[in-house]
Amino acid sequence: MNSIVRSTVRCLRSRTWYYGAVQSNAVLNSGWARLMCSSAVQKNLEEMVKRDKVVVFMKGTPAQPMCGFSNAVVQILRMHGVGIYAAYNVLEDQDLRQGIKTFSNWPTIPQVFFNGEFVGGCDILLQMHQSGDLVEELQKLGIRSALLDREKEA
Amino acid sequence: MLSSALRCLRPSCFSLAFSRQLLHHQPHMEHSGSRPVETTIRTKLTQALEPEHLEVLNESHMHAVPPGSESHFRVLVVSPQFESLSLLQRHRLVNEALKEELSTCVHALAIQAKTPQQWSSNPSLAKSPPCLGGSKHDNTMAEKLKAGQD
Repeated sequence: MNSIVRSTVRCLRSRTWYYGAVQSNAVLNSGWARLMCSSAVQKNLEEMVKRDKVVVFMKGTPAQPMCGFSNAVVQILRMHGVGIYAAYNVLEDQDLRQGIKTFSNWPTIPQVFFNGEFVGGCDILLQMHQSGDLVEELQKLGIRSALLDREKEA
Repeated sequence: MLSSALRCLRPSCFSLAFSRQLLHHQPHMEHSGSRPVETTIRTKLTQALEPEHLEVLNESHMHAVPPGSESHFRVLVVSPQFESLSLLQRHRLVNEALKEELSTCVHALAIQAKTPQQWSSNPSLAKSPPCLGGSKHDNTMAEKLKAGQD
């Protein structure tokens, strides 16, 4: 209950809203404050990427991705059982879209952050998944990959 | 049956859906007049990374853009310069080489960056996921497509 109150307060303060707690476990932030200057955007992004363990900047939403590469990231996270993460839809705001590219010095979307650190895009996440590195990286975040349990069952 | 379904969820099965084996290599045919962006990408990656093997694929036809577009690419770069570099560092090198294109006409760039040893042990080209029509809803696409034609 307390975490819900804290989240709501944070929503009202930062003018973002959380969506989809009922429809999906992924937490979606939107309603990006539009009047920020670029340095304020960068500062805000710094806070945003650190606010949650797993943060994804994508096209569309986890429930309805609007790009195949963004969808691949969503599917990989889902496969590993990462049910709670912050997902920001860059199609909703061009300032956010450009801001995150400048922030991470990375030209494309999607972008994935673990504990505030930029991991990469879809290609890197896919390769991490294929190599087994993703299971390890999630472990460092305190997230147990669902694939470990499936291997046990098999 | 359940156990075989669960096996399909393992990384090896997932990777099969996203890769195909290269059966043979074909030399790239130069058509710089009709494919200027592809040619530029090939030239810049060759100069920057001195690859032992390079593939540049225009995947624009897989996306919601007009026929003949040069907006979505997949590159496979095999270079000894990638030795001891992390995936992120390798991809940043590729991004840096194509900085100008990525800030103008190239909307999407899928990257595979391998060392020669990695390539010889697994010579497979990954496959891009199906488009979900994002470019249709992207009002910056018109500018990017025009930049590619200029």
